[in-house]
Amino acid sequence: MNTIKKKRNTSQYAIWFILLGMIIIFTIGNRVFVAPNNIVAILRQVAVYGVASVGMTFVILLGGIDLSIGSIITFVNIVCAKMMVDMGMNMWLATLISLILASVIGFLNGFMIADIGIPPIIATFSTQTIFQGVAYLISDGMPIAGIPAGYSLFGKDSVGIIPVSAIIMTICFAVGSFILNKSYFGRYFYAVGGNEEAAELSGIRVRRTKYLVYILSGLFAGLAGIIMLSRTGSAQNTAGLGYEFEVITCVVLGGISVNGGIGKLSGVVAGVLFIGSLTNGMILLDVSSYAQQVIKGIILAVAVGIDLMSKKRKVHN
Amino acid sequence: MGETKVLELDSITKIYPGVVALDNVSLTLKKGEILGLIGENGAGKSTLMKTVSGAIYPTSGKIIVNGEEFDEMNPRLSVEKGIAIIYQEFNNVQELSVAENMFLGRPIRKGVVIDRAAMNKRASEIFEELGVDIDPNTIMKHLTVGYQQMVEIGKALLLEANILIMDEPSAPLTINEIENMFRVVRLLQERGVSIIYISHRLEEIFLLTDRIQVLRDGQYIDTLITKESNVDELIRLMVGREMIREYPERDIEIVEDDVILELKDVTGNGVENINLKLCKGEILGLGGLVGAGRTELAELLFGVKKLESGSIIYKGKEVDYKTPREAIDAGIALITEDRKRYGLFLHLSIRENIGMPIYERISRSSVIDSKKENKIANEYFGSLRVKANTTEEIARNLSGGNQQKIVISKWLAADAELIIFDEPTRGIDVGAKQEIYLLINELVESGKSIILISSEMEELMGMSDRIVVLAEGIKAGELNRDEFDADQILTYASNVRKGVKA
Repeated sequence: MNTIKKKRNTSQYAIWFILLGMIIIFTIGNRVFVAPNNIVAILRQVAVYGVASVGMTFVILLGGIDLSIGSIITFVNIVCAKMMVDMGMNMWLATLISLILASVIGFLNGFMIADIGIPPIIATFSTQTIFQGVAYLISDGMPIAGIPAGYSLFGKDSVGIIPVSAIIMTICFAVGSFILNKSYFGRYFYAVGGNEEAAELSGIRVRRTKYLVYILSGLFAGLAGIIMLSRTGSAQNTAGLGYEFEVITCVVLGGISVNGGIGKLSGVVAGVLFIGSLTNGMILLDVSSYAQQVIKGIILAVAVGIDLMSKKRKVHN
Repeated sequence: MGETKVLELDSITKIYPGVVALDNVSLTLKKGEILGLIGENGAGKSTLMKTVSGAIYPTSGKIIVNGEEFDEMNPRLSVEKGIAIIYQEFNNVQELSVAENMFLGRPIRKGVVIDRAAMNKRASEIFEELGVDIDPNTIMKHLTVGYQQMVEIGKALLLEANILIMDEPSAPLTINEIENMFRVVRLLQERGVSIIYISHRLEEIFLLTDRIQVLRDGQYIDTLITKESNVDELIRLMVGREMIREYPERDIEIVEDDVILELKDVTGNGVENINLKLCKGEILGLGGLVGAGRTELAELLFGVKKLESGSIIYKGKEVDYKTPREAIDAGIALITEDRKRYGLFLHLSIRENIGMPIYERISRSSVIDSKKENKIANEYFGSLRVKANTTEEIARNLSGGNQQKIVISKWLAADAELIIFDEPTRGIDVGAKQEIYLLINELVESGKSIILISSEMEELMGMSDRIVVLAEGIKAGELNRDEFDADQILTYASNVRKGVKA
């Protein structure tokens, strides 16, 4: 029985070793990879999906999926920019309202999934489409430029050498880790994701737990959207396009089981750094963006495959 | 009975990393005999049978089928050699018809199209041989478990299996279904099929088998001629120590007036007009056949299902719980029959399983007091004598008996005062059963009240202070301890009002 436990741990750390190996390979390929400037650049790049991956971790632990986060990122970009640029709203108020709206989208996901019983993949797919459309309607399909100069704080500014966005991401991971490991909500996520019926019969309010998780996913995606808007300085209608893919890959690479109930947030940190380094390293090594897509797709399939195969082995033993 | 050996296992050893699951186990199955295979959970019965079906490969040893020697089997080969296994969970496709299931992967064809008529005809012939009335066109999911099992047996017959292995076949069946299954098994025996019958229920082993082989801790212990053996001997061999098979005595006096729970005309979830009382410190047995409404009644009390009419009076107050959470907070616990599915979080640790119902109680502004959590987990881990190294062990790795102890622990930790046990010892081996009984006694002695749902007559009569029998959702009878009588309980239980569902 001890062997099983050990096995679980090694598979958890595997991603860190893979990350290390990849860093070494990229460094050999191009010294620039480990230059302080490049590392800072990587941190800046990963902040957006790093923040969103905290919420996605909760969702996948719960046995669900959230495809709407890319659209939430776009939506937040457009709405927040619209409020600041066209309505002249104070940037803090605009940010706050945007985050609330992102949570409301999460609430909507929760309603469809927990109360109506729509499968998560369909429910969040529909909100993905809806809020991409809403973003287009609000912006009239045009990018919104002219964001106040002070807004660079979340995505562009640095404290010394460390980007504020990386600090925000770190705080998000710390908060996420606190929720998962220290609060009873975290236990509920694991419980519901592993066995929903037993969870209900153990007194867990499964419905409420689902709402909470999708709202948090929306909120973290909203925050990711804010960081992105701040970094780019203008709101694009395609800002968050495809981000759900990156984020899901990070989470699954980090060892969160696609069937729910198993995995640790620390693994997701490695998953995020892995995808960030991979993207950056491939650019440095001149891998075309088309080939990058192929490679990332393969990585997602392999990560899920490994997760499922290790489970199968367990059952056979 | 011929002396031809149809199956021989010669010194089978199976080693998993760190565990010897089978240690030099041999077995002989003769033509046309029924061999009982018994042992506690984890003794290696299923592992041994899996080497025969080819689901796992032995580390060493030989498998000899009808004189042909193999180092290992594989699922296809074992079917070819006439071996069929019926597992506890059936391998069927619920949405397909009976005939389609029987011919799955090997349909009868007419050119390129499937010849349904021929398949139905062949299936009907087989059911006729077995003497069971199943329409081959029926969709699998509409059949009761007992009939689904018959389809599995029919499939074995279709494949012309001469070795049939049955792993706990009676576990999901009702009394009538078991009788029918026995009849079919004997029929197959007459036709020369050799059968290995695995069961926890020793009465069945004695009714059905010719010889009995006992395993313990992955080792061969003994093989006995059924006629020359007895229950006590078997239990001694299985457990490896002398066991008192009687139900333990309780030291408690029940005060008749101290009623903790009263049901008045309770209706809903398939039960009707149930009236009963439960006193503090009492064990009330709920008897009846599978589907009589016992579990359904428990679900009403626990807030899983809605009460339609009538009233539940708990501790002097009329209550109507909308969710299990409300029932739990009021001090009610439901220990479900299928503990793996409804009772446990197999992927979580013992500590987390025990803490799950009380995390909100032991949290301050949603942060779990981990000192308290560990203290509570360790307390019950120790006092219930759970066999595991630490509370960090994952529930999946525990035996059935120890898993049940974890489920009980979690409700004790939640301060439950009224505990509903639904088939608490199903699938648990003899030694662990005794421990569960002792535990239940300790619970009532410490002032808890218990509703015990059980299909095992002996257990029901041995443990209960009073028995209420349900039949088809209504209360069919009630007996006090001095009136306990198996025949009377059965008569009440089969008190049928409406037509029985096939």
